[in-house]
Amino acid sequence: MANWKKLCALDDIPRLGSRVVKSAKGDIAVFRTADDEVFALHDKCPHKGGPLSQGFVAGKVVTCPMHSWKIQLESGAADAPDVGCARSFAVKLEGDTVWISL
Amino acid sequence: MKKQKLVMVGNGMAGCRTLEELLKLAPDLYEITVFGAEPHPNYNRILLSPVLAGEMTLPDIVLNDLDWYRDNGIALHTGKQVTKIDRKARKVIAVDGTEASYDRLLLATGSSPFILPVPGKDLPGVIAYRDIADTEAMIEAAKHHSHAVVIGAGLLGLEAANGLKLRGMDVTVVHLADWIMERQLDKTAADLLQKSLENKGLKFLLGKQTAELVAGESGRVAAICFKDNSGIPADLVVMAVGIRPNTALAESAGIRCERGIVVDDTLQTYDPKIYAVGECVAHRGIAYGLVAPLFEQAKVCANHLAQMGIGRYSGSVTSTKLKVTGIDVFSAGNFMGGEGMEEIVLADPSGGIYKKLIIQGDLLAGAVLYGDTADGAWYFQLLKDKQNIAEIRDHLMFGSHHVGDVGHAGQVKAATMPDTAEVCGCNGVCKGDIVRAIKTHGLFTVEDVRKHTKASSSCGSCTGLVEQLLASTVGGAYQPSDSKNKPVCGCTDHTHGEVRAAIRDQHLLNIPDTLRALDWKTPNGCASCRPALNYYLISSWPKEAEDDPQSRFINERAHANIQKDGTFSVVPRMWGGLTTPNELRVIADVAEKYQVPTVKMTGGARIDLLGIKKSDLPNVWADLGVAGLVSGHAYGKSIRTVKTCVGAEHCRFGTQLSMSMGVKLEKMLFGMWAPHKVKLAVSGCPRNCAEAGIKDIGVIGVDSGYELYIAGNGGIKTEIAMFMCKVNTDSEVLEYSGSFLQLYREEAYYLERTCHYVARVGLDYVKANVVEDATRRNELYERLLYSLQDYEDPWAAAVAQPVARREYEKLEVPA
Ligand code: SRM
Ligand SMILES: Cc1cc2nc3c(=O)[nH]c(=O)nc-3n(C[C@H](O)[C@H](O)[C@H](O)COP(=O)(O)OP(=O)(O)OC[C@H]3O[C@@H](n4cnc5c(N)ncnc54)[C@H](O)[C@@H]3O)c2cc1C
Ligand code: SF4
Ligand code: FES
Repeated sequence: MANWKKLCALDDIPRLGSRVVKSAKGDIAVFRTADDEVFALHDKCPHKGGPLSQGFVAGKVVTCPMHSWKIQLESGAADAPDVGCARSFAVKLEGDTVWISL
Repeated sequence: MKKQKLVMVGNGMAGCRTLEELLKLAPDLYEITVFGAEPHPNYNRILLSPVLAGEMTLPDIVLNDLDWYRDNGIALHTGKQVTKIDRKARKVIAVDGTEASYDRLLLATGSSPFILPVPGKDLPGVIAYRDIADTEAMIEAAKHHSHAVVIGAGLLGLEAANGLKLRGMDVTVVHLADWIMERQLDKTAADLLQKSLENKGLKFLLGKQTAELVAGESGRVAAICFKDNSGIPADLVVMAVGIRPNTALAESAGIRCERGIVVDDTLQTYDPKIYAVGECVAHRGIAYGLVAPLFEQAKVCANHLAQMGIGRYSGSVTSTKLKVTGIDVFSAGNFMGGEGMEEIVLADPSGGIYKKLIIQGDLLAGAVLYGDTADGAWYFQLLKDKQNIAEIRDHLMFGSHHVGDVGHAGQVKAATMPDTAEVCGCNGVCKGDIVRAIKTHGLFTVEDVRKHTKASSSCGSCTGLVEQLLASTVGGAYQPSDSKNKPVCGCTDHTHGEVRAAIRDQHLLNIPDTLRALDWKTPNGCASCRPALNYYLISSWPKEAEDDPQSRFINERAHANIQKDGTFSVVPRMWGGLTTPNELRVIADVAEKYQVPTVKMTGGARIDLLGIKKSDLPNVWADLGVAGLVSGHAYGKSIRTVKTCVGAEHCRFGTQLSMSMGVKLEKMLFGMWAPHKVKLAVSGCPRNCAEAGIKDIGVIGVDSGYELYIAGNGGIKTEIAMFMCKVNTDSEVLEYSGSFLQLYREEAYYLERTCHYVARVGLDYVKANVVEDATRRNELYERLLYSLQDYEDPWAAAVAQPVARREYEKLEVPA
């Protein structure tokens, strides 16, 4: 069952940027798009484990800082021709508060 | 709105490429109907040769399968030749009576092989080489017959002969001219080629004119007779003596045709409702027979069909490459020379190498390469771009690699590399992977190969090798990238130059406004364009434009270099390579306190602390800051280091105070963002212990002052810095260096190092601005100083601002 936990204020995450969240499941990257949508992915690129949180956000895609794989924020899937998937986590925005469910 | 009707006649490479381009631009504008005489969807005609040679199969070479037509809502009529265009009623009629009406008509009927008008030309066993049916006929004939004769030793003929030989036939190539491929090669190169083809078992009869093809008992062709009354057995005859544009349909509808269907620069025929592309057209009197120009036409034509109305086709320079595995031949432009032309020739017949360059004035006019075609793509680019070669003329023949792309030692001949040889050292991509991708995905450009295989997508030093593989796999269909007019990235059609100009002219100050003003296709750009835009903004409008951290790569955002394990490295600045006991002590303390796993001297003569956790960065900087240590910008497209030698301060040969000169330069340039990184060096005498010869700016002390060198590079491809001028005083060193760097900062495209920028604009241009024009120099210098004024150390800033520090802290989920 969804077990929502309050994470932070929306403004704690830069627009077109991210924050890293420490968790028992390892580091999680929480992203914020230009339209203030939020997404969360395991902070490990499916290629060679690069920290996606340090990547480059445009639209709903993050480009990994290591070798530029493009990862879809919604699904965690890598864009073709690359193949792989980063685990995604449930996050939501209520008012100005970001919630996460692990 | 009701869709308009577009009908295309001819379902081949040029036509389908036009549709692809059109669908990209205006997916919903037209209801599209396609007629093709062949019973197949669009396939890659140029790969018929590898199919014949047994290297590929027919299903491999389909470019647009039936699903593609369906998915794009295109009504496809295969196996239906169009026999009539009714221009009044605006409809076309096919051989079986099928009709289709149009608002716009696109003719892409290609060409037909020319058949020699000799007796016996219609006998069974006499064919041309153009389509799948011909290829299948040849494969079938090779199973049952043994004597093949190919008439015509052009590209097509030789590829046919090679394929038939590989399929076990005894093959003779008959040719009218005195040497083979006379339209692409000069005699010397042709003789070398002939010899290596003979080594593969082909036979040649040159200077022979065909008189008659003679039938045998079965009624099938059995022999070929020549005008000189000699003859040889032949149970398969392949005519490869040239092509004729298919203009009959257009002509019958009264559309103006000369050598082909006449079109203007927008690919429109004399009837404005009717467009034409491909081998069937004559543009400015030329009918092309290779794919690359047709694709350029397709792009322009699509643009006009999409009613965008920009783009003109102004003709193409073509290059050719024979697709016979293991043999490297390349030619481009005018290779026979002529009046007012000069030749540079390198001939090593026993080594199997021959190269000829034709030069006209300061331009390369043509090239023929045999045996080693490594530089074919480079020459073709020089030719296409009409680049002035005066400055590189003395080493032109030795190619772009003569100073060495490192990391590909000895691998210059793509054709002879084994499939398992690694081409891209960064991404571990082998030759076999690349060739397979080119063939199975129908790729024609380096960008496409990069997308599909990752080859050459990192450091780029293998780009030349990838170009070669592309050229040898797809022959003349290889399209070198348009280096001058390349769009910034897939998010826009604007070039770097246009974007820079717009930012300047429209006084744009932030990324969202820029994206809007320039009609960007994506809402936030991408990882390629946003860093470029950010740099253009801050360099055009210093202190006015917004510097957007989210448009910078992580290293510049975090003011440290990210490492493979996600930790960071910290390189404090050591002005001119100088340090003090106190600085060293503080560095040592930091290394202990934060358990830095590696402490290393960099190649830039300073200390690197590697393996620091991101969350520790602000604390590390705060501790370093106590000793006055500031950011070394080892992470930025910015000023990096100014290396110095000991110089006249200590050295017995020193003529100038190189250490203090270096420190002055580095202090002046502190905080300078640039299109790429910028490195300087100052040596105290021509012994040049600071290696100033491979720096963006190299300063060499001489007794009477300093010599200034610019545009060197010690990286992927070593470039020796070029002499710019001699100056007398330290302040002149600052002024001339500063104004050159400002020129580079204002005009270079993002990720162009100084060597690339100067190669583009020319050393003379730089001298005219920086050396010869004192007013201009002064203005540039002033602008540089203005934009660097009051620059604050980013480390100190991050330490001081709680908001900036947030970037380095992790959040926690409450239990
Ligand atoms: C640390 C250092 C290697 C060392 O341990 O010595 C280094 C490390 C890197 N170099 Fe370098 N380069 C270092 C000196 C050099 C030098 C030598 C020099 O500066 O005198 C060169 C050749 C000189 C030149 O640039 O002309 C050099 C040519 C490159 C290149 C090729 C540049 C080119 O234009 O061809 C790259 C790739 C790039 O920039 O795109 C590169 C890229 C890199 C990157 C940033 C790769 C990356 O993107 O992660 C490396 C970062 C490692 C890290 O995490 O710290 N590094 N690199 C040196 C830091 C010098 C400094 O104090 O700032
Ligand atoms: C064996 C071979 C190897 C080649 N190798 C290379 C190479 O290495 N590099 C290179 O650049 N080029 C190469 N070429 C040339 C290249 O294939 C052509 O330049 C290119 O295919 C021309 O494209 P197109 O669309 O103009 O014509 P095509 O691809 O020929 O397409 C025209 C189509 O229109 C159809 N058609 C004609 N009239 C009608 C009508 N009235 N109604 C309906 N349909 C009609 C034809 O059947 C044909 O399918 C090679 C060609 C061959 C045959
Ligand atoms: S430090 Fe430079 S040369 Fe060494 S691996 Fe990294 S990029 Fe390559
Ligand atoms: S680790 Fe992400 S692209 Fe390589």
